[in-house]
Amino acid sequence: MTVIDNHEALGGEGDIRLSEAGARDFFELLKPRVMSLVVFTAFAGLILAPGSIHPVIGFISILCIAVGAGASGALNMWYDADIDAVMSRTAKRPIPDGRVQPGEALAFGLVLSFFSVAILGVVVNWFAAGLLAFTIFFYAVIYTMWLKRSTPQNIVIGGAAGSFPPMIGWACVTGGVSMESIVLFLIIFLWTPAHFWALALFKMRDYGAVGVPMMPNVAGEASTKVQIFAYTVLTAVIAVVPSLAGWSGIAYGIFAAALGALFLLCSIAVWRMPDGDEKMVPAKKMFAYSIFYLFAIFMALMVDSAVPRIAAWIGGAA
Amino acid sequence: MTDKIVLTEAQRKSRRGRNIALGLVLAALVVLFYVVTLIKFNAGMQG
Repeated sequence: MTVIDNHEALGGEGDIRLSEAGARDFFELLKPRVMSLVVFTAFAGLILAPGSIHPVIGFISILCIAVGAGASGALNMWYDADIDAVMSRTAKRPIPDGRVQPGEALAFGLVLSFFSVAILGVVVNWFAAGLLAFTIFFYAVIYTMWLKRSTPQNIVIGGAAGSFPPMIGWACVTGGVSMESIVLFLIIFLWTPAHFWALALFKMRDYGAVGVPMMPNVAGEASTKVQIFAYTVLTAVIAVVPSLAGWSGIAYGIFAAALGALFLLCSIAVWRMPDGDEKMVPAKKMFAYSIFYLFAIFMALMVDSAVPRIAAWIGGAA
Repeated sequence: MTDKIVLTEAQRKSRRGRNIALGLVLAALVVLFYVVTLIKFNAGMQG
């Protein structure tokens, strides 16, 4: 706490709360783990897009998308500090833990939002910058402030925010949107409910305690499990579309189908899990596998795209 | 009587850490804009 020599001169209010937050606390506001997934999928969009981009401009594109995603994370933590303080998973976040003041997090999020969008617009293109601005707005306002606390479909609609990064990466190269980038969007969009509801199943008591209407709390475990299965089917199908449409090779299609089949097996195991299961091992396994699944699908798309280019480059050099 | 605010050691340390981080970010932005300017100039000169 700050020591003030003259309390009267400052209105006699006593201690003024000056920040003890360090750079690491502010970095934590950016949700680094979410940001790493955003960086990866945005990079995939950048690599998969037709055309080329200067490596430095490409690096700045990814940096701006990452910072924009981090900024929306900071705004989310600012707004959700009240419920974060109650839930075990989030109680140690910088604001509920008292390391960062809410006003600091808000200012930090707004400043980073502005600079990430402005720099992306000036350096890369304004279409991609507009998409990034919309993504930040969608996550911070539409999802965090509105949907999250008002409907069990929060994660379905709000999942769009996490689905935009590959589309932004694509737009950084092409300056626009195409069917291929919409499919990249859809892969993440349809994957999000299955991924997040698996987590919500074994964290439902936390969400129930703070009154956030997550699907297991509102519709019940049985209904949630059916919906997880339905979204898993949709995800597995959309993930092979690049191969069916001829945008990627057969090898990718077979790999994506195999990964999708395993994803389906996970969702069936969750479906067969008895209601009220204390340990919820299948749900935990599905949550872990879903992260690997998305990583593997995007990695496979990038490898599939890179192999012919590398082969052509070697052929040209020889 | 003075209006001087005396910071605690923890506040002083965290402020120094924030200042260093901010300084590094600003320096990185200077380098970034310099490099981007070179790239854009180069691309413009090549047509």
